[in-house]
Amino acid sequence: MILDGKVPSGPLAEKWDLHKFNMKLVSPANRRKYDVIVVGTGLAGASAAASLGEMGYNVKAFTILDSPRRSHSIAAQGGINAAKNYKNDGDSVYRLFYDTIKGGDYRAREANVYRLAQVSVNIIDQCVAQGVPFAREYGGMLENRSFGGAQVSRTFYARGATGQQLLLGAYSVLMRQVQKKSVELHTRTELLDIVVIEGRARGIIARDLLTGELSRHTADAVLLCTGGYANLYYLSTNAGNSNVTAAWRATKRGAFFGNPCYVQIHPTCIPMSGEHQAKLTLMSESLRNDGRVWVPKETGDPRRADKIPEEDRDYYLERRYPTFGNLVPRDVASRNAKMVCDEGRGVGPSKLAVYLDFTDSMNRLGVDVIKDRYGNLFDMYERITGEDPYTVPMRIYPAPHYAMGGLWVDYNLMTTIPGLFCLGEANFSDHGANRLGASALMQGLADGYFVAPYTTANYLASTPKKPITTSHPAFDEAEKEVVERMTRLLAVKGSKTVTEFHRQLGKLMWDKVGISRNESDLGQALIEIKALREEFWKDVKIVGKAEDLNRDLEHAMRVADYLEFAEMLATDAKNRRESCGSHLRDENVTEDGEALRNDQDFAYVAAWEFKGVGVEPVMHKEPLTFENVEMKQRNYK
Amino acid sequence: MKKVQLRIWRQRSQNDAGKFSEHNVDYEDDMSLLEVLDILAESLIKKGEEPFVYDFDCREGICGSCGLVINGVPHGPLKGTTTCQLHMRHFNGIASITLEPWRAAAFPLIRDLVVDRSAYDKIMSAGGYISVDTGGTPDANCLPISKTHADKAFDYAACIGCGACVAACKNSAAHLFVGAKLAQYAVLPQGQPERLRRVIAMTEKMDELGFGTCSNEGECEAVCPKEIKTEVIAMMNRDYIKAMLFGA
Ligand SMILES: Cc1cc2nc3c(=O)[nH]c(=O)nc-3n(C[C@H](O)[C@H](O)[C@H](O)COP(=O)(O)OP(=O)(O)OC[C@H]3O[C@@H](n4cnc5c(N)ncnc54)[C@H](O)[C@@H]3O)c2cc1C
Ligand code: FES
Repeated sequence: MILDGKVPSGPLAEKWDLHKFNMKLVSPANRRKYDVIVVGTGLAGASAAASLGEMGYNVKAFTILDSPRRSHSIAAQGGINAAKNYKNDGDSVYRLFYDTIKGGDYRAREANVYRLAQVSVNIIDQCVAQGVPFAREYGGMLENRSFGGAQVSRTFYARGATGQQLLLGAYSVLMRQVQKKSVELHTRTELLDIVVIEGRARGIIARDLLTGELSRHTADAVLLCTGGYANLYYLSTNAGNSNVTAAWRATKRGAFFGNPCYVQIHPTCIPMSGEHQAKLTLMSESLRNDGRVWVPKETGDPRRADKIPEEDRDYYLERRYPTFGNLVPRDVASRNAKMVCDEGRGVGPSKLAVYLDFTDSMNRLGVDVIKDRYGNLFDMYERITGEDPYTVPMRIYPAPHYAMGGLWVDYNLMTTIPGLFCLGEANFSDHGANRLGASALMQGLADGYFVAPYTTANYLASTPKKPITTSHPAFDEAEKEVVERMTRLLAVKGSKTVTEFHRQLGKLMWDKVGISRNESDLGQALIEIKALREEFWKDVKIVGKAEDLNRDLEHAMRVADYLEFAEMLATDAKNRRESCGSHLRDENVTEDGEALRNDQDFAYVAAWEFKGVGVEPVMHKEPLTFENVEMKQRNYK
Repeated sequence: MKKVQLRIWRQRSQNDAGKFSEHNVDYEDDMSLLEVLDILAESLIKKGEEPFVYDFDCREGICGSCGLVINGVPHGPLKGTTTCQLHMRHFNGIASITLEPWRAAAFPLIRDLVVDRSAYDKIMSAGGYISVDTGGTPDANCLPISKTHADKAFDYAACIGCGACVAACKNSAAHLFVGAKLAQYAVLPQGQPERLRRVIAMTEKMDELGFGTCSNEGECEAVCPKEIKTEVIAMMNRDYIKAMLFGA
């Protein structure tokens, strides 16, 4: 089946305005008759729930956490992009659009990305009106910096906590709607299934995480804003509660999953120190502006960093990419770091790390300048590793960070299940095969404040209103399936913990479906995932019961979903026989080993249809056509 | 591997009696405290026992989920640090670590080390916002804000809502939390129109929910992982008096 992205006609720059005009509206008096469920209260969910509440819809919002303010958007450090051109450096909506399409390696939908760039400017206005304390210049105007290799300064930031401040802004307007009773908030509640009636999303089954009690909720539309799945890899920069469950349950109910194999690996994370490790901490990539990346030339060089003379060091990024040097994009930096470690030239106790050395910049600029620029990051590094980066070079290693893949959505952010929308990192998004720094926060808020409120209204207005109740057989059936799954899990009573399985799955995915991939590893991964899943269902050990607070069971359900989803991810990776965006395919490289994209055969979105656990999913293509930009091969030499 | 004794508070629910359970565990200096708890919890599961529960999410000191009273001090021995950011080396080879939940009437216990902090959300919904709807906002640079004020606003807005200030206060007062939010808006021009209404709404809610009164001991500031200063409480009190005198 060829998928239709429902991109409106008209010139690129006018599509969204024309579409807004053509979409149907719900009159203010009728809005309170519609129930909308928003799952997830990160940037995407909080902004959508608040906006829909303000408009007058009856909103129910759900989050796993004890408060919306703790959603993982809170952890974003660097900044948010917007085409304000406040710096008069030649930025424009068109340039942000162009950079995002190019950065995504020509695997995103033009019209969506253009709209994203258009509404980016409104986001900043909105956030400032809410009291978000962005960085300012002495003259009182907003400060910008350049981020992630962009040639213009378009990144707005709030010290090292931009995500926190944006989320607290969205949370505050959400809480205002809670006060007005237009939004009913359900914290510590997890979605476990989506209820589809007559082909439309009509509700959800949720579990109270404190009591284990299941509840049913009806709705006229459901918005999934449940974040990304990078912690499928166990060690990632994501939070402990990040998961694929909501998106995966939707997939099992018929939503297609877009480009699951696109996972961004961030180059500058603090390396792991042992088996016990629960997560990897991201360090802002701005560090690469002044740090030089190197490893010893010899494999297994036992000397301390300061004892290795200049001639025995390999500044491999500067050597291989003389033009961009240490500032090559994330994927190139990550891949090269893994490569030198695989060669045995890694450093530190685990040998899975490379140096990021500030000695030269400290000599050139002085320690104070470096302290001023990166002081808080250096402190964080020291707190975690116990090493002082002012005297010993930092050690860094890549880690899974962001999911470009997600539920496939059309231009209206609607999945292939009518009435089921998907926003933020959970959708397959506007970032193609690779996301640029500071663009995820922008997308989450664009979706939630400025896109979904309109497109949801259009859907509601053009769908005949049919009342349903929670006693509909579809609710019975969905709840029964949820109960059965929990009962089956608890009945296994095996010997291995959920964490052991999660760790094992993560390692397998990192080794075989990680940064660089090849046909034989991927084939092997598919066999191993299946075997691990079978072992899980035979040997997992879960304590406690379903009708109670049970963290072990929560984790088990998420890992069970990962074990099914991982197969789809690996299948997608196997199908994509090209090097593109975040990933290199070993078979598809240029003569000097660089990424080789294949536009002839792969300029499409792969949207996968679930056909059963362990059954190969069916791929549907959404061809990508580029009418406004020319597809170019990236070159950072 | 080094050895430490962990004394962990176990309590099934608010209505059950609680007690400490003691465990001798091995650790390395570069493990975080939560990783040591992870390992212990996993070993209990292996034995078929239900592990103690503790909250966390980001493990980067920003989401405010984690929060334990560690040897009597909320968030433990290191200044300006959350529980999740503590590594074992920060304990300098201590023999025993006692872990307890936040204890405050307004934060009822859920189980073991987990408490219910939804009172904070209720205070926020009572007035912790600038009343602005989506759309129709002016260009962000229409409103110049001095760097000093913007920086101040950030300092106050850095609060992660963890509840350590309440846990540290012998009166269980939430003044640092509420004051920080009020102060953020009080130094920004956007916050002025509702400034006095806001202070009334949030403080009344705070009292209603059973948080105590402030007796200026400063314990809150000492444990705040974001090092928010008690000056926000003074600002709050001034605005409160103004609101009382002149009406909100
Ligand atoms: C360390 C780090 C730094 C980053 N830095 C930047 C940056 O500088 N700039 C940038 O643009 N991007 C950055 N990103 C990416 C960006 O932060 C995220 O992509 C974005 O915030 C995701 O927002 P979201 O609303 O889609 O999801 P999230 O904020 O992850 O929220 C997901 C929500 O869904 C809920 N949820 C999930 N599953 C369920 C379920 N089954 N039932 C009920 N609720 C559920 C969760 O509880 C949560 O409320 C960073 C990411 C990380 C991890
Ligand atoms: S887990 Fe997020 S602050 Fe500690």
